Amino acid sequence: MKVVLKQYFHLVNHELRLEFNNQHALMSLLVYSLATIFIAYISYRQSLDPITWNALFWIIMLFAATNAIARSFIQESKGLQLFHYTFMNPSVVILAKTTYNVLLLSFLGVINLVAFSLFFSLDINDFGQFILGLLLGSFGLSAVLTLVSGIVSKAHNQSALVAILGFPLLFPLLITIIKFSGNAIRGVEWTLNQPNFFLLIALNSIIVALSFLLFPYLWRD
Amino acid sequence: MKSTIARSWWWKITALVLLFYTYYEGFLGEVPRMPILNETIRNLYFHVTMWMAMLVLMICNAFYGIIYLNKSDLHFDLVAEESGRMAMIFGIAGLITGMVWANYTWGAPWVNDPQLNGTAASLLVYAAYFILRNALPDSTKRARLAAVYGIFAFVMMIVFIMVLPKMSDSLHPGKGGNPGFNKYDLDANMRMVFYPAVIGWTLLGVWMMSLRVRFRKMELKNEDQQ
Repeated sequence: MKVVLKQYFHLVNHELRLEFNNQHALMSLLVYSLATIFIAYISYRQSLDPITWNALFWIIMLFAATNAIARSFIQESKGLQLFHYTFMNPSVVILAKTTYNVLLLSFLGVINLVAFSLFFSLDINDFGQFILGLLLGSFGLSAVLTLVSGIVSKAHNQSALVAILGFPLLFPLLITIIKFSGNAIRGVEWTLNQPNFFLLIALNSIIVALSFLLFPYLWRD
Repeated sequence: MKSTIARSWWWKITALVLLFYTYYEGFLGEVPRMPILNETIRNLYFHVTMWMAMLVLMICNAFYGIIYLNKSDLHFDLVAEESGRMAMIFGIAGLITGMVWANYTWGAPWVNDPQLNGTAASLLVYAAYFILRNALPDSTKRARLAAVYGIFAFVMMIVFIMVLPKMSDSLHPGKGGNPGFNKYDLDANMRMVFYPAVIGWTLLGVWMMSLRVRFRKMELKNEDQQ
């Protein structure tokens, strides 16, 4: 157990350091998100009603997530990959990658929210619930896309495949998250939003459990 | 599936008998008169049953995926692949029968309904599954990655088809106050046709799948000899 934890923290730490050493990758993700938001802004040129606002925000989040996570297995060198898969437990590798991507996407999500609110002003009635939804949504998006990019990394890294394989899997998550944050924007009582909250928790747990179980089979070459 | 059951004839005969019974009773049998639905209630035997068959084939796909991951025998991968293909075919058939029906009862072939969206999503998932398969030239790697994706996709689809519709109202008969054939007012007469129809269509799907598996095996053998 201790070894596993040690491996886990080592890998998360490694990913974070990689990101800090290579800041232009993070910059490119930010610019991608901001450019998408700006395209939405010049296409609409008016304030949005809450439903459109919510849908557009999550679509932009979806594209930002795909773009950010598609590279998570690609950027590593072959030698380093070999090292990890020789000495590390594959389940730990996927958990560490997922953790790192969750952190990354939560960060991107907050930046997206700030930029999006700047261009499209909207009164979010229950801000706490919305942030909770943003974090849970980022968690689910990154967990699914991490496993998918793991699959795609074995398919000669055709990065377009991440979107093709990932989007259909994300439908249940997106529907629930859009419902949840829509309720938060309208400011409904917590008790009414609770079923969606528990469904999101359940979905996220299922996704993580499945990645944990299935990922080792991807590394059998 | 490997040999005896797939080759034996008794369940194929059962499928034919049950389907003949479905068609006979489905078009000529007594059905209750319901507002809005009227005679279209007969679509229960030809539309809802498609979903059941699709669901069983989806389960086959995930199940044989798991078996492949444990046994690494390409035969199981072949079964999983062909189950996925048949699931798609039954999904498309269900979508078409549903759209024709919806055009007359709801007034439009496509409406925003959780069950419709669930089906569209499952079709997209299996399309993605086959795109993944085509992207991989190496057969063992293809089998492994496809199995992983298939299992993951199956669980997500179950959430989408089984859990989400329960959390919101649907236009489908028997839901959200619509007249229909849920378990309280599906009458005994219809049940006597519906359950055999489900079994019949499912067996037909499995039969078609097993034929495809045998065909593919012959193809592979042929390639090896050349």
